[in-house]
Amino acid sequence: MPSNHSAVNALQTDEVEAITVQANHLIVRGELADVNAWCVSYAEEALPEQRPAFVPLALWQRHSADEELAPLMVSDTLINDSLAAELRQATAIAIDFPVFTDGRGYTLARLLRERFGYQGEVRAVGDVLVDQLDYMRRCGFTAMALRLDQHPEDALRAMNAISVHYQPDVEQHQALFERRHPQPAEQAMLEID
Amino acid sequence: MYRYDFYDQTLVDQRVTQFRDQMHRYRSGRLGEEEFRPLRLQNGLYIQKHAPMLRIAIPYGMLAGYQLRALAAITRRYDRGYGHFTTRQNLQLNWPALEDIPDILADLAKVQMHAIQTSGNCIRNTTSDQFAGIAGDEVEDPRPWCELIRQWSTLHPEFAYLPRKFKIAVSGASEDRAAIQVHDIGLRFWRNAEGELRIKVLAGGGLGRTPMIGDVVREDLPWQHLLTYLEACVRVYNQFGRRDNKFKARIKILVKALGIEEFRRRAEEEWMHLKDGPQTLNQSAVDAAKDHFPEPQRRAVAESAVDAYEQLRSENRGFARFVTNNVTAHKVRGYKAVTLSLKRREHAPGDITADQMDAVADLADRYSFGEMRVTHEQNLVLSDVPVDEMQALWQELDALGMANPTVGTLNDIICCPGGDYCGLANAVSIPIAQALQERFENLDFLYDLGPLDLNISGCMNACGHHHVGHIGILGVDKKGEEYYQISIGGNSTDDASLGKILGPSFFREDVPDVVEKVLDVYVAERHDDERFLDTYRRIGLKPFKERVYAQ
Repeated sequence: MPSNHSAVNALQTDEVEAITVQANHLIVRGELADVNAWCVSYAEEALPEQRPAFVPLALWQRHSADEELAPLMVSDTLINDSLAAELRQATAIAIDFPVFTDGRGYTLARLLRERFGYQGEVRAVGDVLVDQLDYMRRCGFTAMALRLDQHPEDALRAMNAISVHYQPDVEQHQALFERRHPQPAEQAMLEID
Repeated sequence: MYRYDFYDQTLVDQRVTQFRDQMHRYRSGRLGEEEFRPLRLQNGLYIQKHAPMLRIAIPYGMLAGYQLRALAAITRRYDRGYGHFTTRQNLQLNWPALEDIPDILADLAKVQMHAIQTSGNCIRNTTSDQFAGIAGDEVEDPRPWCELIRQWSTLHPEFAYLPRKFKIAVSGASEDRAAIQVHDIGLRFWRNAEGELRIKVLAGGGLGRTPMIGDVVREDLPWQHLLTYLEACVRVYNQFGRRDNKFKARIKILVKALGIEEFRRRAEEEWMHLKDGPQTLNQSAVDAAKDHFPEPQRRAVAESAVDAYEQLRSENRGFARFVTNNVTAHKVRGYKAVTLSLKRREHAPGDITADQMDAVADLADRYSFGEMRVTHEQNLVLSDVPVDEMQALWQELDALGMANPTVGTLNDIICCPGGDYCGLANAVSIPIAQALQERFENLDFLYDLGPLDLNISGCMNACGHHHVGHIGILGVDKKGEEYYQISIGGNSTDDASLGKILGPSFFREDVPDVVEKVLDVYVAERHDDERFLDTYRRIGLKPFKERVYAQ
């Protein structure tokens, strides 16, 4: 496992230590961020000294009036109406990818956006890799904190690799089947030699 | 045949460029082995025993002549001049070089093909009935719907990192030829009393190490809701499927753990939110998909030609055998579907050489409107052959060695690549198939046995679908030795069932003897022309067991 990830695991104990992602590893709305004030703390009981900070959901719920704190959701969080109502007050929401192969975060982000209408920033944190960002964006993430070994220039290129999407998503509300028929003449069926 | 438009072509072209970039980063060390893994798998690339393996998608088994020619050229240029058709209607290349993969994908894109999502923990190639569009018992041609599912599932942003792989099969006929009961999701089209098109949705079927028959989630889904309902089911799976143990990560384990009622409750609850949303299908979207699958411009076949065909059948024994076994009824009088056997002792089941690919493409162009279908039994089908050209086609196929009149018999073995190629296999499977084909090659004996599915898998991942073979053979590893476990009574069609294991496993060299004993019991016990499966269901496992393990 890469070093950053094992650091994350270590922090799931109760020691209060926060991970700060450098601004040059944070992508906000498709561009490298200039600044990143927010750190991520995985400690479940104690608040980090560094602020502002994403802290575990339950901890945030106990301190939700503190504007320098925002909730960090683990990937198996289940969002219901009452939780969604609480989350509406949050400045931002972080969704954790404990390993990049855990795909539950994509569903969580979509639910926050499409079902519960959350308008603030939704940030992907944890094991966030270059080649996942396009899917993340389409599911409603507006910020992605790349794992520290990832190359931001690769990320910016990879994010725009595919321009055609068959499905509707958080950014594009129509399925392709709604948009391509009737199709303009130059986009008619392609002939093969 | 689905033809790409500007959007489809742009997507596959960009996908090639994207993969080239990923491959470059991998080879230059910027992308680690673990991080590259799902990316390569979702482009069909496995790292195998001897070499990489590339699995090329053949969506719902439909293949055009020009595509098969391109595949022939690819196997010559980048591989060893042959390919292997799989039980999921795909084509595998066994010997490509890693660095050539982006170029191979680019060549595929030129003929509107790809390898997207042929592997990995995502929604895989949707499979269907090889006689779609021509079967007399068809309620609805499943191909346009499969294409809509293909598009919905391709690069779906939410479902690229599912707990495990996810396979969908679609049937539109009254007889299930797509094995929908042993898929993660099985779909079956039917019409209600008002003539409206409905879909029966099954979930939680599958083979692998815990084989299960799927349960019904919904009997009567109106077609408009196909994609939203699939999305709801896959979302429930994505959220609740197990991720702690890859052997328990398939949807069947979730359905079993929750019970079908609770799974249904969650899927329906999710669907309530998605229903009537932007993925709801409308008539124009369906019609646009259907436009890609028009009836071919079949010429009229004279009644006298039909008579002459029947006449030849009664006079020529070789032709009669071919017709009985390899020719299937067609909804249009005067036309037939012809199955080209890829089962010969000289080759692994499902293998085809580049020269054969070119020859078959040529036959498809001349006899069947330039199209073919790949079957999950690892054969090829020419779907629209007029009966007055059947004799000529038969003779040409015979010259190519593809007229073996054994389709559907014991000799038509379904078989995975096994230990000769596959990194996962516990044991070889191809040599077992060859030994059995050698033992049971007498045609009269094969015909006397009647329809018999013999399926071989080299490990419990069950790519050879051994659980649903009337006779199933599974390679197992015991302390480094290859053994074979034999089961009987499996079936993948309407009355689907899973085979029961006979008992302790056997040495490789004993497998043909054991199969022969099983067949002896059947021949002795059967009533009239009772099928193997029915005899087994009537008399049970015991007589087979006693004979096989008799001292």
